[in-house]
Amino acid sequence: MIDTLCAVETPEGVELEFSPAGPVPRALAWIVDAGIRCALYLALASALHGLGRVGLGLTLLTLFLLEWFYPVGFEVLAGGQTPGKKLLGLRVLRADGAPVGWSRSTVRSLLAFADFLPFGFAAGLAAMLLGRRCQRLGDLAAGTLVVHVEPLQAQQAAQGGAEALAPPFPLTLPEQRAIMGFAERAPGLTLERARELADLLEPLTGARGDEGVRRLNAMARGLRGLA
Amino acid sequence: MRQERFERAHREEWDAFAAMLAPGHGAPGADRLPQTYRRVCRHLALARDRCYTAGLVQRLNGLVLAGHQTLYGSTLGLGPQWARFLAGGLARSVRARFKPVLLAALLLGLPFAVLPPAIARNPQLAYLVEEPQDLARMEAMYQPGAGRFGRANQARTDVAMFGYYIWNNIRITFQTFASGILLGLGPVFFLLYNGLHGGAVAGHLAHAGLGAQFWPFVATHSALELPALVLAGAAGLHLGWALLAPGRRSRARALVEAAREGMPLVYGAALMDGMAACIEAFWSASALVPPALKLAAAAVLWSAMAGYFLLAGRRHV
Repeated sequence: MIDTLCAVETPEGVELEFSPAGPVPRALAWIVDAGIRCALYLALASALHGLGRVGLGLTLLTLFLLEWFYPVGFEVLAGGQTPGKKLLGLRVLRADGAPVGWSRSTVRSLLAFADFLPFGFAAGLAAMLLGRRCQRLGDLAAGTLVVHVEPLQAQQAAQGGAEALAPPFPLTLPEQRAIMGFAERAPGLTLERARELADLLEPLTGARGDEGVRRLNAMARGLRGLA
Repeated sequence: MRQERFERAHREEWDAFAAMLAPGHGAPGADRLPQTYRRVCRHLALARDRCYTAGLVQRLNGLVLAGHQTLYGSTLGLGPQWARFLAGGLARSVRARFKPVLLAALLLGLPFAVLPPAIARNPQLAYLVEEPQDLARMEAMYQPGAGRFGRANQARTDVAMFGYYIWNNIRITFQTFASGILLGLGPVFFLLYNGLHGGAVAGHLAHAGLGAQFWPFVATHSALELPALVLAGAAGLHLGWALLAPGRRSRARALVEAAREGMPLVYGAALMDGMAACIEAFWSASALVPPALKLAAAAVLWSAMAGYFLLAGRRHV
């Protein structure tokens, strides 16, 4: 199967799967964060403006902190998510799946400077496109990943219809999973697409169109053990 | 076992596990988290092996990931780590990386050592490195009794300069380190660039007879600022070297290890820059402190730095 998933093995001997985020959502998250940083900076700068030269010194200190430690603070204290990443459903993880700590997060943040070179994050983009796990230079040096957050969705309600069918001939496990997967995703498909997919399995269901979809759902119920 | 029976048998346990992991500790049964986590791991492996649906596998994967993060997340306090770091960990890290540190010190120090005597013999050399108007500005800054040296009450000004030094100097330190990932070329540039500029300005001012104002001003804080740049440069060179010659490791692994080994130097450099900014803003620029006292303080600070990096952290604690 060709996909961008990557897996790490935990000490318990199971594989954890992640889906690394590509350049586009990460760039959008960066833009959101840049906006927030600018707004914070402007608010503080105008508040401190009244203090004259002392205010100028404090403004420069704020600029320094926002420039380098805005991502670090959020990534360590807010579960790997800056506000921009949260909005886009991304989070930073260590490559072994553990949460990212101060040191790694600082490495990522400092190396953003190298990623930016020679202009507009070109080096970072090149690194992301060349690597298998969409890591920019900072991620490579820190050993971190930016992944999509999979929503911990509640279990899907059982599909409508109560009947269950047995397949006319024995199916392998991957085939059974494909049929159950069809039933699981059917509510999210258009009727036309569901029919089109079910038509591919005419040799199995012996029917086309809506009848094929119905029989396939029924077989899925049987395979799941719902009947 | 059919998926439905499997889910019905374990759903309660999964929901309880999700409740244990929810933020806000003290969920009922949180002390059973490790056992429950291991059972959920087994469920995930079974679900994959038995080809249960993607939805179930994804849910279990999410639960295991959340449990993994909770169990293996670092909980070490930052306070004790910093205390150990300052008591000798930093000096040990610097000595462990003495090759890149030496190279960085040479890159910064050689132009600094060579340019002033060369400019004393041939003053035109300074104009090879610096623009004439910049040198003129420098001369004006260090005229006896000029600029901030002449002002008595300057406390308000100094906070602004402190902010500027923090923002500017630590930025340069961080950039020197980060650009090391470009095969080590970044630190070479930053170190040589700063060495050439510093050497040219120092040589020119000494030649112009302004050394009496210049040396007391820079002597104290440079004891922190120059080593800070050297440490950051050394960490950057270490990073670049890991890419050029990873040895028996993959480049990706060598890079991660080099970054981890180099970070103590970067933390130390940032800390030293912060202290240097304090000294530069409130001590070096103060007209209330006599130059002789500044030079004496500089001598103490330079020896303290040498003593710290050579001797601290030798004893095993």
